[in-house]
Amino acid sequence: MNCIHCSEKAVIELQHGALCKNHFLSHFEDRVFTTINRYKMLGPDDLICVATSGGKDSLTVLYLTQKYIKKHKYKNAAVFALAVDEGIENYREKTLQDLTKFCTEHNVPLTIVKSKDTFNKTLDETYQTITEKKNKKPCHVCGVWRRYLLNKTAKEMGATKIVTGHNLDDEAQAIMMNIFKANTSLAGRLGPVSGIKENEHFTSRVKPLYLCPEKEVRLYALLKGFQVHFAECPYSKEGYRHHIQEMLNNFEEQYKGTKQGIVRSFLAILPLLKEAQKEEKIINTCTLCGEATSKEICNACAMKEELMT
Amino acid sequence: MNIIIVDERTNKTKTVAFNGKTVKDVLQTLKINQETVLVVRNNEVLTSNENLNDKDKIELLSVISGG
Ligand code: SF4
Ligand SMILES: [Zn+2]
Ligand SMILES: [Zn+2]
Repeated sequence: MNCIHCSEKAVIELQHGALCKNHFLSHFEDRVFTTINRYKMLGPDDLICVATSGGKDSLTVLYLTQKYIKKHKYKNAAVFALAVDEGIENYREKTLQDLTKFCTEHNVPLTIVKSKDTFNKTLDETYQTITEKKNKKPCHVCGVWRRYLLNKTAKEMGATKIVTGHNLDDEAQAIMMNIFKANTSLAGRLGPVSGIKENEHFTSRVKPLYLCPEKEVRLYALLKGFQVHFAECPYSKEGYRHHIQEMLNNFEEQYKGTKQGIVRSFLAILPLLKEAQKEEKIINTCTLCGEATSKEICNACAMKEELMT
Repeated sequence: MNIIIVDERTNKTKTVAFNGKTVKDVLQTLKINQETVLVVRNNEVLTSNENLNDKDKIELLSVISGG
C-alpha cells in the first residue's frame, strides 16, 4: 500500500487514506498544533508544566509542546516536565528511566515528586489496605494522588498551564466510564481544556493530543525514535477502564471511527455541560491542606485519612 | 507458512503456522485486535494488507501503555 500524497510505502491507513512516514509525521504534528491553536492551549508568556510518566503519550506531548513554542518563537514561554512517582515496583522506575533519558537529551528540566512524601506510603505499601480493607481499586487512589500532586506542585513552581498527554482513546474511555456510571458531573475533568480558569487554585489543564488516536501516538513515538520500553503497571488490569478500553477497541476494529464519534458527540454537548455546572460548583479551600475543593476536605486529604484508619 | 513473532510485552519469540497471506490474517489467527498493535518487519512498520512471506520475523509493538 502506498501513500496517497506520494508513491512511498505507507506506514498507516487512516480513514482518508494511507500515509508514508513523512506524510504521517506532518499530518500528526499538524493535528496537534491545530488542536493547540483551536482551543488556545498555549500562550507566549506561559510557564508550561508538562505532566509526564515516561510513556509514549507524555514523551510525544512534551516534544511537541517544545516544538510548538520554538515554532512560534515564544521567547517568554518555558517548559518543564513533572512526574509523580507513586511507588509501583517493577513499573514506575522503568518509565521514569526513559523519561529522565529523554529530558536530558532534549534539555528539559525534570522534577519528580514521590507520593510517599505527601501520603506517607507508596501505592505498593498501601495496596492491601486499599483493596482488602477499603474495597477500592488501586487506580482510583493512584489517580487522586497523581492529580493532587501535579496540581499542587505545578502551582508551587509557578506554572500557568499544565499539559497532559491524554489522547483520543483516553478521552473516549473516560467519557464512556462516566456515562456508564452515571457520573453526570463529567465536564469537570474532561474536554480539551479543563480546570476553572477564573480560580486561583486551579491551573488550567490542556490536552494537545486530544484528537490523536492512541495507535497514531505510538507510531509517532516509534518513528521519532523515542525510547519507550514496554512496561505494564501490575494493577492496570484491575481497573474499570481496562474493560471499557477492550470494549471500545473491539468496536473500533469493526466500526471504524467509533472513538472519534464518542469524542465528537461529547464536544458538541460540552458547552452545555459547562454552562450547567457553573452555578453548581462552589469552590472552597480544603481545611486540611488549603488546596481547592468543592467540599470541606479535598478528595486527597479525605482518602489519606481513610487509608490511615 | 510459518511466521516468527516477537512480542514486545514479553520479549518472547514464537513461531506460528497460518494459512493466510497478510498482516491482517496473522493478527486474526493470533486473535489480536488491530487497534492494539503495530507490526514491524526489518524496522519497517507494516500496514494490514501487507503480504507476509514464509519465515518472516515480525515484531508486535503494544499500542496501549500499561498504566
Ligand atoms: S494502572 Fe492504575 S495503578 Fe497503575 S499507574 Fe495507572 S492508574 Fe496507577
Ligand atoms: Zn507520502
Ligand atoms: Zn486537602
